[in-house]
Amino acid sequence: MTTRFLLNGEPQTVEAAPTRTLLDWLREDARLTGTKEGCNEGDCGACTVMVTDADGTARSLNACILFLPQLEGRAVRTVEGIAAPDGTLHPVQQAMVEHHGSQCGFCTPGFIASMATAHLNGATDHEDQIAGNLCRCTGYAPILRAARAASTAPIPPHMKTDAAAIASHFFPVPEISQGESEGRGTASPLSSNKDSSPFIPTDSDALAAWYAAHPDATLIAGATDVGLWVTKQHRDLGEVAFLNQCSDLKGIDADQETIRIGAMTNMTDVLTAMAPRHPSYAEMIRRYGSVQVRNAATIGGNIANGSPIGDNPPALIALGATLHLRHGDARRDLPLEEFFLSYGKQDLAPGEFVEAVSLPAQSDTLRVYKLSKRFDQDISAVCGAFNLSVEGGMIKTARIAFGGMAGTPKRATAVEKALLGADFSEASARAALPAFAQDFAPLSDMRASSVYRLEAARNMLLRYVAEMSGQATNVLEVQP
Amino acid sequence: MSVHKPLPHDAARLHVTGAARYVDDIPTPPDCLHLAFGLSTVAKGHVTDMDLRATRSSAGVFAVVTGADLAQIPDCSPSNHDEPLLSDGTIHYAGQPLFLVAARSHLEARRAAALAQPIFQDETPILTIEEAQAANSRFEDGPRIYSKGDVDEALRIATHVVEGRLDIGGQEHFYLEGQSALALPQEGGDMVIHSSSQHPTEIQHKVADALGLPMHAVRVEVRRMGGGFGGKESQGNHLAIACAIIAAQTGRPCKMRYDRDDDFIITGKRHDATIDYRAGFDADGRLVGVDFTQHIRCGWAMDLSLPVADRAMLHADNAYLLPAARITSHRWKTNTQSATAFRGFGGPQGMVGIERVMDHAAHQLGIEPLALRRLNYYREAPLTEGRASGGSFSGKMKGARLETADLKGRGAVRVTSEGGAKRFGGAHSPVAGGQTPNTTPYGMEVEDFLLNEMTERLAEQCDYTARVARVDDWNAREPVLKRGIALTPVKFGISFTLTHLNQAGALVHVYQDGSIHLNHGGTEMGQGLFQKVAQVAAHRFGVAPERVKITATDTGKVPNTSATAASSGTDLNGMAVQAACDKIRKRIAEGVAAELHAEPADITFEDGLVRSPTAEMPFDEAVQRAYMARISLSATGFYKTPKIAWDRLKGQGRPFLYFAYGAACSEVVIDTLTGENRILRTDILHDAGASLNPALDIGQIEGGFVQGAGWLTMEELVWDAKGALKTHAPSTYKIPCASDAPDIFNVSLYDAANREDTIYRSKAVGEPPFMLGISVFSALSHACASAGANFPDLQAPATPEAILAAVGRARA
Repeated sequence: MTTRFLLNGEPQTVEAAPTRTLLDWLREDARLTGTKEGCNEGDCGACTVMVTDADGTARSLNACILFLPQLEGRAVRTVEGIAAPDGTLHPVQQAMVEHHGSQCGFCTPGFIASMATAHLNGATDHEDQIAGNLCRCTGYAPILRAARAASTAPIPPHMKTDAAAIASHFFPVPEISQGESEGRGTASPLSSNKDSSPFIPTDSDALAAWYAAHPDATLIAGATDVGLWVTKQHRDLGEVAFLNQCSDLKGIDADQETIRIGAMTNMTDVLTAMAPRHPSYAEMIRRYGSVQVRNAATIGGNIANGSPIGDNPPALIALGATLHLRHGDARRDLPLEEFFLSYGKQDLAPGEFVEAVSLPAQSDTLRVYKLSKRFDQDISAVCGAFNLSVEGGMIKTARIAFGGMAGTPKRATAVEKALLGADFSEASARAALPAFAQDFAPLSDMRASSVYRLEAARNMLLRYVAEMSGQATNVLEVQP
Repeated sequence: MSVHKPLPHDAARLHVTGAARYVDDIPTPPDCLHLAFGLSTVAKGHVTDMDLRATRSSAGVFAVVTGADLAQIPDCSPSNHDEPLLSDGTIHYAGQPLFLVAARSHLEARRAAALAQPIFQDETPILTIEEAQAANSRFEDGPRIYSKGDVDEALRIATHVVEGRLDIGGQEHFYLEGQSALALPQEGGDMVIHSSSQHPTEIQHKVADALGLPMHAVRVEVRRMGGGFGGKESQGNHLAIACAIIAAQTGRPCKMRYDRDDDFIITGKRHDATIDYRAGFDADGRLVGVDFTQHIRCGWAMDLSLPVADRAMLHADNAYLLPAARITSHRWKTNTQSATAFRGFGGPQGMVGIERVMDHAAHQLGIEPLALRRLNYYREAPLTEGRASGGSFSGKMKGARLETADLKGRGAVRVTSEGGAKRFGGAHSPVAGGQTPNTTPYGMEVEDFLLNEMTERLAEQCDYTARVARVDDWNAREPVLKRGIALTPVKFGISFTLTHLNQAGALVHVYQDGSIHLNHGGTEMGQGLFQKVAQVAAHRFGVAPERVKITATDTGKVPNTSATAASSGTDLNGMAVQAACDKIRKRIAEGVAAELHAEPADITFEDGLVRSPTAEMPFDEAVQRAYMARISLSATGFYKTPKIAWDRLKGQGRPFLYFAYGAACSEVVIDTLTGENRILRTDILHDAGASLNPALDIGQIEGGFVQGAGWLTMEELVWDAKGALKTHAPSTYKIPCASDAPDIFNVSLYDAANREDTIYRSKAVGEPPFMLGISVFSALSHACASAGANFPDLQAPATPEAILAAVGRARA
């Protein structure tokens, strides 16, 4: 199939299989080898590139799990396009040289792409901005020095040209089938299923009709999970639909009572929306994936894929979220916790998809505890979400949900029951601890043992009570 | 003057623009084949049948090769000829290569390899140290034992005895660039190999062996690696050999790179270990004797396990004078990846053992841990001419700008009034009947001990005493979050313990335009070796470093090289390059002496000029004159480390030319409800001798520390009950990321000239800083201990789960 995008300012028309990754295309076809493969699963950031949308939003993405059709009408900037056309280094490049920010240099192009994107966006939370870029040589200290040093330098003019270039080249976006051949894109003779054209709907009605008729197809949202089916499991996805152009599935609407989040809203935008409303949920999202992953991953994808360790469902269940499903023209709603039936099985009919999730606007008593070996960009061993309301010192409502404790994200119903009506105190929490064993019999795996999971989950309840009582409980908040 | 300057990495500009070329970036001819291994999924047993039909018919597949297809299966071992490239039918670990696929693309080769259906006859694998012990599955005939004094008697008369067992996990290298190789067939059957290897000569040797060719028919080139850390000392052999044999058979170029999961599953890692200890102390806290048993898990093949285990024994003392010691080392053979070299090469495991003893004894005896450590240090070195001190060069807090210090003051003899040894070397202060000799358990005199002085300085700089009090206050006040602090020393022996490896060669050409071409046997893996050695060459000729062209390591230019390992790269290659430069310098001086009205011996090279006391000419002109006078402007240089000789079986002698020292103080906080933990602050004072390049050395220290801290905290390798590695990608194996570095991170160089005659009196800096990470483990142990009355017996790695268990033991 044909995809049209800008590469370092130059228009490309690329013929390739729909599951060809940007990284493989860059390295093997375009012969731009600055962008590196470190893990091929979106965890190390060596393949980071900057991608600009038609609306001018520039974000960093992992090229290794980014399929070419996801780039339609967008602009890609690789490490080769970050220095000025005359060879003058970008401020982050210059600072990395001056501060000795590269040693072996292999991770460096990815850092440069992340740092240049952050620099363009004026982001100064440097540790977060590079949390998705692993470096094994430097210990990060010189890279952070470089990021800080470069942050006050002006943005080089060429870094601001992509949005205008998209407008001049792609608006209106031409019919895909009429793509004319230009640029240096080449067909890959090596890729499989190159002849099968993916379905790329531009609104949810089109998606609904098509998916009802093609219920065996694979829907690709951000591809942070589906990407690995291709790069690691070599799965032939068969018929696919890319949802990235379904603009009506993106976005967040809030009124006094409800916040509705479209399924295709990426986690970066969810984080922004949650920060003022549920800061604890937002803080969990900050540690969820990395900047690159949050820029790609969608909330609908995270829910629909039904992982027992997905981090959104516990928080959303604790908030009392409602899931909005659609099949053809039929829509139905259900409480999110009822969506997860058993490991790998969701209450989702063939041809049905997640359209949105909504949560009641409420006062903030939610606390989300994400427990993992590493704070940033790690999959949770246990993710616990607690949302208790107290009236007159007594626990009036309780919604507690966990990830990593069962085959699905799951509510701690026995624990909730043990707490309801009790006074809000450590003693009540301790009295409820035995109920955890009724709710959960977690597994042992490479992330944690079953014993530890259960103990940590219990202790999270004690932490919730301690935190709500003003006790210091968060190692991330301790000052040196 | 080029040496001692904080110049950037020579390839920094190439790195930041994406122009630096790694093996996988080298343009390949269109007929290049791409290779992938098919792997065993069981840990022990036999392959009874292998259905490769789907693999062979998969898109793009050119050839599929099994062990049975080869007249002789090439060996990939760096030591023992026990690593066949492909299984001969016997399975030794889950991940062992069974067959090889050659295809049109990397993706097609991998996809095809995954389609094979081997049938295995499983046997019960030996996975753990306990299982190996029960089966007496080991390398060598029995344990190696080094001993000094009468340990049993010392333990019998000791006032206090502490004993315990510490499990120490392994570590995946996670070099960002995975293993890779490219073979290009040449005329007459010769082969050129591009390899991401720390040991080009080994690649050359093994490829020649596999092809049945003399070594002169194989040329190996390494421009740079995307990280090595020891993981590319021997583990690249398999890929280079696989490419070479298919290239030789087909006449087509072959490339192989491991996907990250394959890299984890196939290649060796740091040896995990269990250390049993029993240590006796007198009433004052002086250690009187210690008995260590080190259990080292080596995996299925020997690889470099024997010298790794030796080095663990050689670092069982760390910074402490052990009047009596017995170190017993078992090298267990298991059905897991063959553990291999990793920064520190066994030293870290040995060192963690004695640091655990110190923490345990401090807790049991009720002595402040740093006081106990200092009491037991080796005695300070006697002052010598070589001891010098300039300013200090420090990278302050993570965010702060790196300051460039004035390093010109170097050379002044240090004035020490408050002699550290007198104040703190108490231990070794007179025991009845005279001083205990200042010797290691292997009989080497410690002549250059710096840690009394360094510890004093670091403790003062980081405000250790006051902070300990603040930590105690916090812990008394806070029920959930506990802090811990520890200051731990590092003494690391420098030289390959396999003595013959301590040699290096160099090749230097000066062209008639005055430009200089530099080549040596060391490889660049990010450590800045090429730049440091180029600084030496530029300094010898008195020209700017830009004059010196750094070239790829090439077995055709400098032969018979040792691996770039054991922190020795600069020590060995810097000296070899100096020797080569000096030969050319001498010839030039002889050539222009008459013109400059001087004897050749009076001629100097500096500031781009060739000078005599009365006259001077530009370097270019001198070179041009030498050329016209038909003087050779090309020379080789050679160096071998002096003074070293020892018996590794007996554990006696001098394995090391000198020691490199360092000390780190880390403060941490833990959550006693979940075990979550974080490094709040780290202060480091490290000894890189008279640093050749303070910026690059600071980089090694910061990076080594974080890597060491990662090993002992979040980096956890997990195998399942059948021996399959479950943590085989960054999604499951977590190396530190940016927010895991300490919030406050102060690193300074001690900056005193090496008393031994090393290149510009610098010291090796690659491995020693790794072990500064032990301060984090000790601090976490301290934090756990603060939660209760008992010794928490924290195990490594200190994951949140391990910390919560330790908190539980402290409170039990």
